[in-house]
Amino acid sequence: MIEFKNVGLVYPNGTEGLKNINVTINEGEFVVIVGLSGAGKSTFIRSINRLVTPTSGSLLVDNEDILKYKGKNLRKLRTKVGMIFQNYNLVKRTNVFKNVLAGRLGHTGTLRSIFNLYSKEDKALAYNNLNRVNIAEKLYNRADELSGGQQQRVSIARVLTQKPKYILADEPVASLDPPTSHQVMTYLKKINKEDNITTIVNLHFIDMAMEYADRIIGMRAGEVVFDGPVSEVTEKTFEEIYGRSIREDDLRGGAQE
Amino acid sequence: MTTKNSLTQKSMPLYPAKTKIQVTIIFFVVLGIYTFSMIKTQEDMVGGFGGALGNMYTVIEKFFPPNFAILSAIWDSMMQTIQMAIIATTIAAILTVPLAVLSAQNITTFKPLYYVTRTFLNLLRTIPDLVLAVIFVGLFGVGVFPGILALTVFSLGILAKLISETIESVDMNPLEAMRASGGNVFQVIWYSLVPQVAPQFTSLVLYVFEINIRASVVLGMVGAGGIGLVLNQQLKFYNYPNAMTIIIVIFATVLIIEFISNKLREALL
Repeated sequence: MIEFKNVGLVYPNGTEGLKNINVTINEGEFVVIVGLSGAGKSTFIRSINRLVTPTSGSLLVDNEDILKYKGKNLRKLRTKVGMIFQNYNLVKRTNVFKNVLAGRLGHTGTLRSIFNLYSKEDKALAYNNLNRVNIAEKLYNRADELSGGQQQRVSIARVLTQKPKYILADEPVASLDPPTSHQVMTYLKKINKEDNITTIVNLHFIDMAMEYADRIIGMRAGEVVFDGPVSEVTEKTFEEIYGRSIREDDLRGGAQE
Repeated sequence: MTTKNSLTQKSMPLYPAKTKIQVTIIFFVVLGIYTFSMIKTQEDMVGGFGGALGNMYTVIEKFFPPNFAILSAIWDSMMQTIQMAIIATTIAAILTVPLAVLSAQNITTFKPLYYVTRTFLNLLRTIPDLVLAVIFVGLFGVGVFPGILALTVFSLGILAKLISETIESVDMNPLEAMRASGGNVFQVIWYSLVPQVAPQFTSLVLYVFEINIRASVVLGMVGAGGIGLVLNQQLKFYNYPNAMTIIIVIFATVLIIEFISNKLREALL
């Protein structure tokens, strides 16, 4: 369970990233955060694994306030909370297998990881996860030889290999074309259901949010302006979240046939 | 309507007038500096270029033909020079790693540490290699060892600077991903930084190796061992045919090593 209690974040330059956020995310939920760029979606999601640190309030992950975490505790938290990025963030010159095994870093000692001394189980886990996202045949290809969609699948395999309890996805489909976007979202949804991993995804495409989310949180100017199950959401809700009428480019389109 | 017409007729300038004036002033200032330096440096050139041309013949006559009989005798010193460069480059390459990481702003976010290493490296680079050699020869006596020390310190300054700049230009996204998956500092560096800088690192080490070969010749002249020492002796005895042979051998060696390391670098990048 993730609980935001009066969480606020002011960046050093004075910008308010988050304003008095109060949100509770329950086990196994698939939450989509929507909002225009600059609304604070990224800041919200990155607070949970402390890539950014809120400046006020408290943020509880499994009933522990993570805002004071440092060093070992912080790494433990990040091992539990996996992350997927817009630009995949793979190491381009390294092969797919090693990229996926990097998900084990938090569970592996420094020396063991430096000399690639991964256990048989870890390697099997990495391979199985590549299989789950149907990309095991690229095992020994360098990451930069893959297409965008393939790279994002590898990064999903990496996050799975981490055996996380939560997955955060920061605009995971923003750099992909419509069919590939749906493929990636389908994998995320499938993993959420099969492994019961709580998943929080940032999106700015309305149709995709409606199609995959259990619950939608709308953000504008650092504040939560909507929070409710997807069944309560209408086009009017999005107009309120975005503060303007819905346009063509708010939709991804191209749902799988 | 009228303004639009007049603009098109006059043909609009590409740059605003202010920029043009600035560039013109800068151009004449630079030109002035060049002219001044040229006049000043010519003042104490005794014979001008005419004398140099005349001297050329005497110099060539003294140096030619080179005495190739000494080839086998100088071979050992040449090898010594190469070995000095290899050892110095290797030690510098190892010592560079922590220094380059600590002086890269994107990795060392703890500012005081960054400033301390940066300043240390800047200081290191301000000492000319020749001065280093003179100091170490004074400390350890004539021989190869002070030469190796001087070369190590000298190349460490260059290498650490170049590599820290390479580190500063890497893609930070993979580092963020490793941090987000719970990796510690060493794991983040090893998994996402090392693969990104490894090719440039190797290439720069080879480049510094080339520089070291050339520098070690010069260092030999102040007593730091190797072929430079022999060259210096021959020049002092006015034995120009012998000196010429040594110069040709150095020239050939540098060319061969540059060729090999260029090929290696091409294969890497």
